[in-house]
Amino acid sequence: MNTFLRSLSTTQQIGALFLVVFGVLSLVTLWSFVRSLREAPDGDADAAAARKAKARRLRALLQTSWAMATVFWVGWVLGDTAATVLFALVAFFALREFITLSPTRRGDHRSLVLAFFVVLPLQFVLVGTRHFDLFTVFIPVYVFLALPVVSALANDPQRFLERSAKLQWGIMVCVYGMSHVPALLLLDFPGQEAGRGAFLVFYLVLAVQTCMVVQHLLGRRFPHKPVAPAVSQSFQWASWLAGVGVGGLVGGLLSFITPFKPGQALGMALLACVAGSLGHLVMKALKRDRGITSWGMQGQSVTGAGGLLDRVDALCFAAPVFFHSVRWYFGL
Amino acid sequence: MLAKLMGFFLLGLVRVLTGSQARWYGCPPKAEQRIYFANHQSHADLVMIWAALPEELRSITRPIAARDYWTKSPFRQWITTAVFNAIYVERQAAPAAAAATTDASPAPAQAPAAPAIAPSPEALRAALPEGDPLAPLVRALESGDSIIIFPEGTRGHGDDPQPFKSGLFRLAQMFPQVVLVPAWINNVQRVIPKGEVVPVPILCSVTFGAPIQLEPGEERRPFLDRARLAVMALREV
Repeated sequence: MNTFLRSLSTTQQIGALFLVVFGVLSLVTLWSFVRSLREAPDGDADAAAARKAKARRLRALLQTSWAMATVFWVGWVLGDTAATVLFALVAFFALREFITLSPTRRGDHRSLVLAFFVVLPLQFVLVGTRHFDLFTVFIPVYVFLALPVVSALANDPQRFLERSAKLQWGIMVCVYGMSHVPALLLLDFPGQEAGRGAFLVFYLVLAVQTCMVVQHLLGRRFPHKPVAPAVSQSFQWASWLAGVGVGGLVGGLLSFITPFKPGQALGMALLACVAGSLGHLVMKALKRDRGITSWGMQGQSVTGAGGLLDRVDALCFAAPVFFHSVRWYFGL
Repeated sequence: MLAKLMGFFLLGLVRVLTGSQARWYGCPPKAEQRIYFANHQSHADLVMIWAALPEELRSITRPIAARDYWTKSPFRQWITTAVFNAIYVERQAAPAAAAATTDASPAPAQAPAAPAIAPSPEALRAALPEGDPLAPLVRALESGDSIIIFPEGTRGHGDDPQPFKSGLFRLAQMFPQVVLVPAWINNVQRVIPKGEVVPVPILCSVTFGAPIQLEPGEERRPFLDRARLAVMALREV
Protein backbone atom coordinates (compact mmCIF):
# COMPACT_ATOMS: atom_id res chain seq x y z
CA MET A 1 0.00 0.00 0.00
CA ASN A 2 2.77 2.37 0.99
CA THR A 3 4.86 1.55 -2.07
CA PHE A 4 1.79 2.02 -4.27
CA LEU A 5 1.14 5.44 -2.76
CA ARG A 6 4.73 6.47 -3.19
CA SER A 7 4.76 5.34 -6.79
CA LEU A 8 1.99 7.78 -7.70
CA SER A 9 2.95 11.17 -9.00
CA THR A 10 2.47 14.20 -6.79
CA THR A 11 -0.69 15.26 -8.59
CA GLN A 12 -2.18 11.83 -8.20
CA GLN A 13 -1.28 11.77 -4.53
CA ILE A 14 -2.97 15.09 -3.93
CA GLY A 15 -5.98 13.86 -5.85
CA ALA A 16 -6.12 10.78 -3.66
CA LEU A 17 -5.89 13.03 -0.61
CA PHE A 18 -8.88 15.08 -1.73
CA LEU A 19 -10.77 11.88 -2.38
CA VAL A 20 -10.14 10.84 1.21
CA VAL A 21 -11.22 14.24 2.53
CA PHE A 22 -14.42 14.35 0.50
CA GLY A 23 -15.08 10.72 1.37
CA VAL A 24 -14.81 11.39 5.09
CA LEU A 25 -16.99 14.48 4.78
CA SER A 26 -19.61 12.56 2.82
CA LEU A 27 -19.68 9.78 5.41
CA VAL A 28 -20.07 12.23 8.27
CA THR A 29 -22.79 14.15 6.42
CA LEU A 30 -24.64 10.93 5.68
CA TRP A 31 -24.39 9.81 9.29
CA SER A 32 -25.68 13.12 10.60
CA PHE A 33 -28.53 13.06 8.08
CA VAL A 34 -29.55 9.55 9.09
CA ARG A 35 -29.35 10.53 12.73
CA SER A 36 -31.64 13.48 12.11
CA LEU A 37 -34.20 11.18 10.52
CA ARG A 38 -34.32 8.97 13.59
CA GLU A 39 -37.33 9.74 15.75
CA ALA A 40 -36.44 11.53 18.91
CA PRO A 41 -37.40 9.70 22.12
CA ASP A 42 -40.07 11.36 24.21
CA GLY A 43 -38.26 13.72 26.46
CA ASP A 44 -38.88 17.10 27.97
CA ALA A 45 -38.81 20.20 25.85
CA ASP A 46 -35.40 21.24 27.14
CA ALA A 47 -33.70 18.05 25.98
CA ALA A 48 -35.37 18.34 22.60
CA ALA A 49 -34.25 21.96 22.24
CA ALA A 50 -30.69 21.06 23.26
CA ARG A 51 -30.66 18.24 20.72
CA LYS A 52 -31.91 20.59 18.03
CA ALA A 53 -29.21 23.14 18.87
CA LYS A 54 -26.54 20.43 18.73
CA ALA A 55 -27.79 19.25 15.37
CA ARG A 56 -27.75 22.80 14.06
CA ARG A 57 -24.18 23.33 15.23
CA LEU A 58 -23.06 20.09 13.64
CA ARG A 59 -24.74 21.09 10.40
CA ALA A 60 -23.00 24.49 10.48
CA LEU A 61 -19.65 22.81 11.11
CA LEU A 62 -20.23 20.40 8.24
CA GLN A 63 -21.24 23.22 5.93
CA THR A 64 -18.09 25.13 6.80
CA SER A 65 -15.95 22.04 6.27
CA TRP A 66 -17.53 21.35 2.89
CA ALA A 67 -17.05 24.96 1.85
CA MET A 68 -13.40 24.99 2.89
CA ALA A 69 -12.67 21.62 1.27
CA THR A 70 -14.34 22.74 -1.95
CA VAL A 71 -12.49 26.05 -2.00
CA PHE A 72 -9.17 24.31 -1.53
CA TRP A 73 -10.01 21.71 -4.15
CA VAL A 74 -11.03 24.34 -6.70
CA GLY A 75 -7.85 26.25 -5.95
CA TRP A 76 -5.73 23.17 -6.47
CA VAL A 77 -7.49 22.07 -9.65
CA LEU A 78 -7.15 25.46 -11.27
CA GLY A 79 -3.45 25.77 -10.58
CA ASP A 80 -1.17 27.96 -8.54
CA THR A 81 -2.27 31.31 -9.96
CA ALA A 82 -5.93 30.55 -9.50
CA ALA A 83 -5.29 29.37 -5.95
CA THR A 84 -3.49 32.62 -5.16
CA VAL A 85 -6.36 34.64 -6.64
CA LEU A 86 -8.84 32.59 -4.64
CA PHE A 87 -7.04 33.29 -1.39
CA ALA A 88 -6.80 36.96 -2.36
CA LEU A 89 -10.60 37.02 -2.65
CA VAL A 90 -10.97 35.36 0.75
CA ALA A 91 -8.61 37.94 2.23
CA PHE A 92 -10.64 40.72 0.55
CA PHE A 93 -13.92 39.56 2.10
CA ALA A 94 -12.33 38.97 5.50
CA LEU A 95 -10.79 42.46 5.49
CA ARG A 96 -14.14 43.91 4.43
CA GLU A 97 -15.76 42.30 7.49
CA PHE A 98 -13.01 43.49 9.81
CA ILE A 99 -13.14 47.09 8.59
CA THR A 100 -16.94 47.19 8.69
CA LEU A 101 -16.93 46.52 12.41
CA SER A 102 -14.03 48.86 13.21
CA PRO A 103 -15.28 52.43 13.18
CA THR A 104 -13.17 54.52 10.89
CA ARG A 105 -13.43 58.19 10.19
CA ARG A 106 -13.57 60.25 7.05
CA GLY A 107 -9.82 60.84 7.19
CA ASP A 108 -9.14 57.12 6.85
CA HIS A 109 -10.87 56.85 3.50
CA ARG A 110 -7.74 57.19 1.37
CA SER A 111 -5.82 54.74 3.56
CA LEU A 112 -8.67 52.25 3.30
CA VAL A 113 -8.77 52.59 -0.46
CA LEU A 114 -5.04 51.97 -0.56
CA ALA A 115 -5.37 48.98 1.77
CA PHE A 116 -8.04 47.27 -0.30
CA PHE A 117 -6.95 48.13 -3.81
CA VAL A 118 -3.17 48.51 -3.62
CA VAL A 119 -1.77 46.68 -0.59
CA LEU A 120 -3.91 43.55 -0.92
CA PRO A 121 -3.30 42.93 -4.63
CA LEU A 122 0.37 43.80 -4.30
CA GLN A 123 0.87 41.38 -1.44
CA PHE A 124 -0.72 38.56 -3.36
CA VAL A 125 1.23 39.42 -6.51
CA LEU A 126 4.39 39.14 -4.45
CA VAL A 127 3.22 35.74 -3.25
CA GLY A 128 2.35 34.63 -6.76
CA THR A 129 5.74 35.64 -8.12
CA ARG A 130 7.49 33.95 -5.20
CA HIS A 131 9.34 37.01 -3.91
CA PHE A 132 9.24 35.47 -0.47
CA ASP A 133 11.74 37.80 1.17
CA LEU A 134 9.97 40.96 0.03
CA PHE A 135 6.54 39.53 0.71
CA THR A 136 7.46 38.81 4.32
CA VAL A 137 8.46 42.40 5.08
CA PHE A 138 6.22 44.38 2.73
CA ILE A 139 3.34 44.87 5.15
CA PRO A 140 5.16 45.01 8.50
CA VAL A 141 7.78 47.45 7.26
CA TYR A 142 6.58 49.48 4.30
CA VAL A 143 2.82 49.48 4.64
CA PHE A 144 3.13 50.02 8.40
CA LEU A 145 4.68 53.38 7.64
CA ALA A 146 2.90 54.33 4.43
CA LEU A 147 -0.73 54.04 5.52
CA PRO A 148 -0.48 56.20 8.66
CA VAL A 149 1.30 58.80 6.53
CA VAL A 150 -1.71 58.92 4.21
CA SER A 151 -4.04 59.18 7.18
CA ALA A 152 -1.93 61.96 8.68
CA LEU A 153 -2.07 63.89 5.42
CA ALA A 154 -5.87 63.68 5.61
CA ASN A 155 -5.72 66.21 8.41
CA ASP A 156 -7.73 64.43 11.09
CA PRO A 157 -5.91 63.83 14.39
CA GLN A 158 -8.91 62.61 16.37
CA ARG A 159 -8.24 59.12 17.73
CA PHE A 160 -5.38 58.87 15.24
CA LEU A 161 -3.46 56.13 17.05
CA GLU A 162 -6.59 54.01 17.49
CA ARG A 163 -7.60 54.28 13.84
CA SER A 164 -4.14 53.57 12.47
CA ALA A 165 -3.73 50.62 14.81
CA LYS A 166 -7.09 49.18 13.73
CA LEU A 167 -6.20 49.46 10.09
CA GLN A 168 -2.79 47.89 10.62
CA TRP A 169 -4.29 45.03 12.62
CA GLY A 170 -6.88 44.38 9.96
CA ILE A 171 -4.25 44.24 7.26
CA MET A 172 -1.92 42.07 9.32
CA VAL A 173 -4.56 39.51 10.19
CA CYS A 174 -6.60 39.40 7.01
CA VAL A 175 -4.06 40.18 4.28
CA TYR A 176 -0.69 39.25 5.71
CA GLY A 177 -1.90 36.12 7.50
CA MET A 178 -4.04 34.86 4.66
CA SER A 179 -1.32 35.45 2.08
CA HIS A 180 0.91 32.91 3.81
CA VAL A 181 -1.39 30.06 2.85
CA PRO A 182 -0.77 30.35 -0.89
CA ALA A 183 2.86 31.08 -0.03
CA LEU A 184 3.03 27.61 1.55
CA LEU A 185 1.50 26.26 -1.61
CA LEU A 186 4.23 27.81 -3.71
CA LEU A 187 7.12 26.82 -1.47
CA ASP A 188 9.54 24.53 -3.22
CA PHE A 189 11.65 22.19 -1.19
CA PRO A 190 15.07 21.26 -2.63
CA GLY A 191 15.31 17.60 -3.46
CA GLN A 192 11.55 17.31 -3.77
CA GLU A 193 9.38 17.69 -6.82
CA ALA A 194 7.32 20.83 -7.23
CA GLY A 195 3.74 20.86 -6.09
CA ARG A 196 4.31 19.34 -2.68
CA GLY A 197 3.30 22.64 -1.15
CA ALA A 198 -0.31 21.54 -1.44
CA PHE A 199 0.40 18.81 1.08
CA LEU A 200 1.85 21.33 3.48
CA VAL A 201 -1.28 23.46 3.21
CA PHE A 202 -3.43 20.42 3.84
CA TYR A 203 -1.26 19.42 6.79
CA LEU A 204 -1.48 22.89 8.30
CA VAL A 205 -5.21 23.30 7.79
CA LEU A 206 -6.03 19.84 9.11
CA ALA A 207 -3.84 20.23 12.19
CA VAL A 208 -5.20 23.69 13.07
CA GLN A 209 -8.84 22.87 12.38
CA THR A 210 -8.59 19.60 14.36
CA CYS A 211 -7.13 21.56 17.25
CA MET A 212 -9.95 24.11 17.15
CA VAL A 213 -12.70 21.52 16.86
CA VAL A 214 -11.29 19.29 19.64
CA GLN A 215 -10.77 22.29 21.89
CA HIS A 216 -14.34 23.42 21.27
CA LEU A 217 -15.90 19.99 21.79
CA LEU A 218 -13.90 19.12 24.91
CA GLY A 219 -14.59 22.55 26.31
CA ARG A 220 -18.31 21.89 26.07
CA ARG A 221 -18.13 18.35 27.30
CA PHE A 222 -15.90 18.96 30.33
CA PRO A 223 -16.37 22.58 31.26
CA HIS A 224 -13.81 24.10 33.60
CA LYS A 225 -13.45 27.59 34.89
CA PRO A 226 -12.67 29.90 31.96
CA VAL A 227 -9.26 31.53 32.12
CA ALA A 228 -10.42 34.96 30.96
CA PRO A 229 -14.21 35.04 31.20
CA ALA A 230 -14.46 38.66 30.09
CA VAL A 231 -12.79 37.72 26.82
CA SER A 232 -13.99 34.19 26.20
CA GLN A 233 -16.47 32.11 28.14
CA SER A 234 -15.11 28.87 26.75
CA PHE A 235 -11.32 29.17 26.79
CA GLN A 236 -9.82 26.89 29.43
CA TRP A 237 -6.29 25.60 29.80
CA ALA A 238 -7.36 21.96 29.98
CA SER A 239 -9.31 21.86 26.73
CA TRP A 240 -6.72 24.10 25.08
CA LEU A 241 -3.89 21.70 25.96
CA ALA A 242 -5.95 18.76 24.77
CA GLY A 243 -6.77 20.50 21.51
CA VAL A 244 -3.15 21.43 20.85
CA GLY A 245 -2.04 17.91 21.73
CA VAL A 246 -4.51 16.25 19.39
CA GLY A 247 -3.70 18.72 16.62
CA GLY A 248 0.00 18.00 17.05
CA LEU A 249 -0.67 14.29 16.96
CA VAL A 250 -2.65 14.58 13.75
CA GLY A 251 0.23 16.56 12.26
CA GLY A 252 2.70 13.95 13.42
CA LEU A 253 0.66 11.20 11.82
CA LEU A 254 0.63 13.12 8.56
CA SER A 255 4.39 13.41 8.43
CA PHE A 256 4.55 11.05 5.47
CA ILE A 257 3.09 13.67 3.14
CA THR A 258 5.49 16.38 4.29
CA PRO A 259 9.27 16.72 4.04
CA PHE A 260 9.46 16.43 7.84
CA LYS A 261 10.47 13.43 9.89
CA PRO A 262 7.72 12.34 12.33
CA GLY A 263 9.28 14.15 15.28
CA GLN A 264 9.73 17.34 13.25
CA ALA A 265 6.17 17.07 11.96
CA LEU A 266 4.83 16.76 15.51
CA GLY A 267 6.80 19.81 16.62
CA MET A 268 5.71 21.89 13.64
CA ALA A 269 2.08 20.93 14.11
CA LEU A 270 2.23 21.79 17.83
CA LEU A 271 3.65 25.20 16.95
CA ALA A 272 0.99 25.86 14.35
CA CYS A 273 -1.82 24.77 16.69
CA VAL A 274 -0.56 26.95 19.52
CA ALA A 275 -0.33 29.95 17.20
CA GLY A 276 -3.75 29.32 15.68
CA SER A 277 -5.67 28.73 18.89
CA LEU A 278 -4.08 31.65 20.75
CA GLY A 279 -4.68 33.85 17.73
CA HIS A 280 -8.34 32.87 17.85
CA LEU A 281 -8.39 34.00 21.49
CA VAL A 282 -6.91 37.35 20.49
CA MET A 283 -9.61 37.79 17.86
CA LYS A 284 -12.20 36.99 20.53
CA ALA A 285 -10.78 39.82 22.62
CA LEU A 286 -11.05 42.14 19.61
CA LYS A 287 -14.66 41.15 19.08
CA ARG A 288 -15.53 41.69 22.73
CA ASP A 289 -14.00 45.13 22.50
CA ARG A 290 -16.41 45.90 19.67
CA GLY A 291 -19.27 44.49 21.75
CA ILE A 292 -20.06 41.56 19.46
CA THR A 293 -19.68 37.82 19.88
CA SER A 294 -18.96 36.88 16.32
CA TRP A 295 -18.19 38.84 13.17
CA GLY A 296 -21.16 37.26 11.47
CA MET A 297 -23.83 37.35 14.19
CA GLN A 298 -25.58 34.43 12.50
CA GLY A 299 -26.43 36.60 9.53
CA GLN A 300 -28.82 38.75 11.55
CA SER A 301 -26.60 41.74 12.11
CA VAL A 302 -27.37 45.14 10.73
CA THR A 303 -24.04 45.09 8.92
CA GLY A 304 -24.77 41.96 6.95
CA ALA A 305 -21.43 40.39 7.82
CA GLY A 306 -21.36 36.68 7.13
CA GLY A 307 -18.87 35.39 9.65
CA LEU A 308 -16.11 34.50 7.21
CA LEU A 309 -13.51 35.95 9.52
CA ASP A 310 -14.73 33.74 12.37
CA ARG A 311 -13.87 30.69 10.32
CA VAL A 312 -10.44 31.64 9.04
CA ASP A 313 -8.90 33.67 11.84
CA ALA A 314 -7.05 30.70 13.39
CA LEU A 315 -5.54 29.95 10.01
CA CYS A 316 -4.55 33.60 9.56
CA PHE A 317 -2.49 33.44 12.73
CA ALA A 318 -1.05 29.96 12.27
CA ALA A 319 0.05 30.34 8.65
CA PRO A 320 2.74 33.04 9.07
CA VAL A 321 4.25 31.31 12.10
CA PHE A 322 4.29 27.98 10.32
CA PHE A 323 5.64 29.40 7.06
CA HIS A 324 8.46 31.24 8.74
CA SER A 325 9.39 28.25 10.93
CA VAL A 326 9.50 25.98 7.91
CA ARG A 327 11.68 28.35 5.93
CA TRP A 328 13.98 29.00 8.87
CA TYR A 329 14.29 25.34 9.84
CA PHE A 330 15.04 24.15 6.37
CA GLY A 331 17.11 27.18 5.44
CA LEU A 332 14.99 27.94 2.36
CA MET B 1 -29.87 44.68 -23.66
CA LEU B 2 -26.94 46.88 -22.76
CA ALA B 3 -28.95 48.27 -19.90
CA LYS B 4 -29.59 44.78 -18.58
CA LEU B 5 -25.91 43.93 -18.77
CA MET B 6 -25.00 47.14 -17.02
CA GLY B 7 -27.63 46.31 -14.42
CA PHE B 8 -26.05 42.94 -13.73
CA PHE B 9 -22.59 44.43 -13.63
CA LEU B 10 -23.64 47.15 -11.19
CA LEU B 11 -25.46 44.63 -9.05
CA GLY B 12 -22.37 42.44 -8.90
CA LEU B 13 -20.14 45.41 -8.16
CA VAL B 14 -22.38 46.65 -5.37
CA ARG B 15 -22.60 43.18 -3.86
CA VAL B 16 -18.82 42.69 -3.91
CA LEU B 17 -18.19 46.12 -2.46
CA THR B 18 -20.91 46.29 0.12
CA GLY B 19 -22.70 42.99 0.48
CA SER B 20 -25.94 45.03 0.15
CA GLN B 21 -28.02 42.83 2.37
CA ALA B 22 -31.77 43.41 2.65
CA ARG B 23 -33.31 42.77 6.04
CA TRP B 24 -37.08 42.52 5.85
CA TYR B 25 -37.79 43.18 9.47
CA GLY B 26 -41.30 44.63 9.52
CA CYS B 27 -42.84 43.48 6.27
CA PRO B 28 -42.22 40.85 3.60
CA PRO B 29 -40.99 41.72 0.10
CA LYS B 30 -44.47 41.80 -1.40
CA ALA B 31 -45.20 43.14 -4.86
CA GLU B 32 -47.81 45.68 -3.82
CA GLN B 33 -47.74 49.39 -4.46
CA ARG B 34 -45.45 50.89 -1.84
CA ILE B 35 -43.61 54.09 -1.03
CA TYR B 36 -40.28 53.24 0.56
CA PHE B 37 -38.80 56.17 2.48
CA ALA B 38 -35.24 56.01 3.78
CA ASN B 39 -32.48 58.10 5.31
CA HIS B 40 -30.20 59.88 2.88
CA GLN B 41 -26.46 59.95 3.40
CA SER B 42 -24.81 59.69 0.03
CA HIS B 43 -25.56 59.54 -3.67
CA ALA B 44 -24.96 55.80 -3.51
CA ASP B 45 -28.15 55.40 -1.43
CA LEU B 46 -30.35 54.84 -4.44
CA VAL B 47 -27.98 52.21 -5.85
CA MET B 48 -27.83 50.49 -2.46
CA ILE B 49 -31.55 50.23 -1.92
CA TRP B 50 -32.06 49.25 -5.56
CA ALA B 51 -29.53 46.43 -5.20
CA ALA B 52 -31.06 45.27 -1.94
CA LEU B 53 -34.51 44.68 -3.44
CA PRO B 54 -35.24 41.24 -4.88
CA GLU B 55 -35.51 41.04 -8.63
CA GLU B 56 -39.31 41.00 -8.85
CA LEU B 57 -39.54 44.16 -6.80
CA ARG B 58 -36.70 45.88 -8.61
CA SER B 59 -38.60 45.98 -11.87
CA ILE B 60 -41.65 47.68 -10.37
CA THR B 61 -39.92 50.06 -7.97
CA ARG B 62 -38.61 53.40 -9.19
CA PRO B 63 -36.12 55.34 -7.06
CA ILE B 64 -36.08 59.09 -6.89
CA ALA B 65 -33.04 60.80 -8.41
CA ALA B 66 -32.01 64.44 -8.12
CA ARG B 67 -32.13 65.85 -11.63
CA ASP B 68 -29.27 68.31 -11.14
CA TYR B 69 -26.82 65.60 -10.00
CA TRP B 70 -27.85 62.65 -12.13
CA THR B 71 -28.12 64.45 -15.47
CA LYS B 72 -24.70 66.04 -15.26
CA SER B 73 -23.17 63.59 -17.71
CA PRO B 74 -24.74 61.44 -20.44
CA PHE B 75 -23.49 58.30 -18.69
CA ARG B 76 -25.21 59.20 -15.44
CA GLN B 77 -28.38 60.10 -17.28
CA TRP B 78 -28.36 56.82 -19.13
CA ILE B 79 -27.74 54.82 -15.96
CA THR B 80 -30.58 56.43 -14.05
CA THR B 81 -33.10 56.12 -16.85
CA ALA B 82 -32.20 52.82 -18.52
CA VAL B 83 -30.85 50.83 -15.59
CA PHE B 84 -32.56 52.17 -12.48
CA ASN B 85 -35.71 53.50 -14.15
CA ALA B 86 -35.50 56.45 -11.77
CA ILE B 87 -37.82 59.42 -11.48
CA TYR B 88 -36.08 62.76 -11.85
CA VAL B 89 -37.04 65.39 -9.34
CA GLU B 90 -36.05 69.03 -9.32
CA ARG B 91 -34.39 69.95 -6.08
CA GLN B 92 -34.10 73.61 -6.95
CA ALA B 93 -37.85 73.91 -7.50
CA ALA B 94 -38.37 73.80 -3.74
CA PRO B 95 -38.68 77.60 -3.39
CA ALA B 96 -41.22 77.66 -6.28
CA ALA B 97 -43.19 74.86 -4.65
CA ALA B 98 -43.11 76.62 -1.32
CA ALA B 99 -44.41 79.75 -3.00
CA ALA B 100 -47.13 77.73 -4.74
CA THR B 101 -48.26 76.11 -1.49
CA THR B 102 -48.30 79.41 0.39
CA ASP B 103 -50.39 80.86 -2.42
CA ALA B 104 -52.74 77.91 -2.43
CA SER B 105 -53.16 77.46 1.31
CA PRO B 106 -54.98 80.72 2.17
CA ALA B 107 -57.71 79.91 -0.35
CA PRO B 108 -58.79 76.49 1.05
CA ALA B 109 -58.47 77.84 4.59
CA GLN B 110 -61.15 80.40 3.81
CA ALA B 111 -63.45 78.18 1.75
CA PRO B 112 -64.53 75.42 4.20
CA ALA B 113 -65.27 77.81 7.02
CA ALA B 114 -67.90 75.53 8.56
CA PRO B 115 -67.17 71.75 8.85
CA ALA B 116 -63.57 71.32 7.63
CA ILE B 117 -64.07 68.44 5.20
CA ALA B 118 -60.64 67.25 4.14
CA PRO B 119 -60.24 67.39 0.36
CA SER B 120 -60.45 63.95 -1.25
CA PRO B 121 -57.27 62.38 -2.60
CA GLU B 122 -58.49 62.80 -6.16
CA ALA B 123 -59.10 66.49 -5.57
CA LEU B 124 -55.65 66.91 -4.11
CA ARG B 125 -54.09 65.19 -7.08
CA ALA B 126 -56.05 67.31 -9.50
CA ALA B 127 -55.10 70.47 -7.62
CA LEU B 128 -51.38 69.74 -7.98
CA PRO B 129 -49.68 72.45 -10.05
CA GLU B 130 -47.74 71.21 -13.07
CA GLY B 131 -44.35 72.56 -11.98
CA ASP B 132 -44.60 71.06 -8.54
CA PRO B 133 -41.57 68.90 -7.70
CA LEU B 134 -43.92 66.13 -6.59
CA ALA B 135 -45.60 65.96 -10.02
CA PRO B 136 -43.33 63.23 -11.51
CA LEU B 137 -43.78 61.13 -8.34
CA VAL B 138 -47.55 61.54 -8.49
CA ARG B 139 -47.58 60.48 -12.12
CA ALA B 140 -45.51 57.39 -11.30
CA LEU B 141 -47.80 56.45 -8.43
CA GLU B 142 -50.86 56.98 -10.60
CA SER B 143 -49.48 54.52 -13.11
CA GLY B 144 -49.09 51.91 -10.38
CA ASP B 145 -45.33 51.99 -9.72
CA SER B 146 -43.79 51.74 -6.29
CA ILE B 147 -41.34 54.52 -5.50
CA ILE B 148 -38.38 55.10 -3.22
CA ILE B 149 -38.04 58.58 -1.78
CA PHE B 150 -35.68 60.32 0.62
CA PRO B 151 -37.83 62.65 2.68
CA GLU B 152 -34.86 64.54 4.13
CA GLY B 153 -34.54 66.30 0.82
CA THR B 154 -30.76 66.51 0.76
CA ARG B 155 -27.94 64.32 1.97
CA GLY B 156 -27.47 64.43 5.70
CA HIS B 157 -24.10 64.41 7.38
CA GLY B 158 -24.99 63.98 11.02
CA ASP B 159 -25.73 60.80 12.90
CA ASP B 160 -29.50 61.33 12.90
CA PRO B 161 -31.64 62.04 9.86
CA GLN B 162 -32.72 65.64 9.36
CA PRO B 163 -36.38 66.61 9.83
CA PHE B 164 -38.47 65.28 6.97
CA LYS B 165 -39.83 67.60 4.29
CA SER B 166 -43.50 67.63 3.50
CA GLY B 167 -43.41 65.58 0.30
CA LEU B 168 -44.10 62.32 2.10
CA PHE B 169 -47.14 63.81 3.86
CA ARG B 170 -48.64 65.14 0.66
CA LEU B 171 -48.08 61.86 -1.17
CA ALA B 172 -49.67 59.94 1.71
CA GLN B 173 -52.69 62.24 1.50
CA MET B 174 -53.03 61.84 -2.25
CA PHE B 175 -52.61 58.06 -2.28
CA PRO B 176 -54.12 56.61 0.88
CA GLN B 177 -54.08 53.05 -0.42
CA VAL B 178 -50.32 52.94 -1.00
CA VAL B 179 -48.32 51.20 1.74
CA LEU B 180 -45.64 53.40 3.37
CA VAL B 181 -42.57 51.35 4.33
CA PRO B 182 -39.72 52.93 6.32
CA ALA B 183 -36.18 51.82 5.54
CA TRP B 184 -32.81 52.39 7.17
CA ILE B 185 -29.72 52.29 4.96
CA ASN B 186 -26.79 51.43 7.17
CA ASN B 187 -23.19 52.46 6.75
CA VAL B 188 -23.33 53.82 3.22
CA GLN B 189 -21.71 57.10 4.17
CA ARG B 190 -18.50 55.21 4.87
CA VAL B 191 -18.42 53.67 1.42
CA ILE B 192 -18.22 56.95 -0.53
CA PRO B 193 -18.03 59.98 1.75
CA LYS B 194 -18.70 63.38 0.25
CA GLY B 195 -15.97 64.46 -2.09
CA GLU B 196 -14.39 61.07 -2.64
CA VAL B 197 -14.43 59.07 -5.84
CA VAL B 198 -13.19 55.58 -5.06
CA PRO B 199 -15.51 53.47 -2.87
CA VAL B 200 -14.21 51.45 0.05
CA PRO B 201 -15.62 47.95 0.49
CA ILE B 202 -17.68 48.11 3.64
CA LEU B 203 -20.65 45.91 4.43
CA CYS B 204 -23.97 47.77 4.23
CA SER B 205 -27.50 46.67 4.79
CA VAL B 206 -31.00 48.03 4.22
CA THR B 207 -33.54 47.28 6.95
CA PHE B 208 -37.21 47.51 5.98
CA GLY B 209 -39.58 48.14 8.85
CA ALA B 210 -43.28 47.80 9.55
CA PRO B 211 -45.48 50.01 7.34
CA ILE B 212 -46.91 53.20 8.81
CA GLN B 213 -50.25 54.75 8.02
CA LEU B 214 -51.48 58.32 7.82
CA GLU B 215 -54.13 58.52 10.54
CA PRO B 216 -57.34 60.38 9.58
CA GLY B 217 -57.02 63.97 10.74
CA GLU B 218 -53.30 63.68 11.51
CA GLU B 219 -51.39 66.91 11.00
CA ARG B 220 -48.36 67.28 8.79
CA ARG B 221 -45.61 67.80 11.34
CA PRO B 222 -46.66 65.00 13.76
CA PHE B 223 -46.93 62.56 10.87
CA LEU B 224 -43.51 63.48 9.51
CA ASP B 225 -41.95 63.22 12.96
CA ARG B 226 -43.56 59.82 13.42
CA ALA B 227 -42.20 58.71 10.06
CA ARG B 228 -38.72 59.96 10.97
CA LEU B 229 -38.82 58.07 14.29
CA ALA B 230 -39.93 54.93 12.46
CA VAL B 231 -36.86 55.14 10.23
CA MET B 232 -34.54 55.84 13.15
CA ALA B 233 -35.93 52.93 15.13
CA LEU B 234 -34.73 50.54 12.44
CA ARG B 235 -31.18 51.51 13.22
CA GLU B 236 -31.27 49.57 16.47
CA VAL B 237 -32.74 46.43 15.02
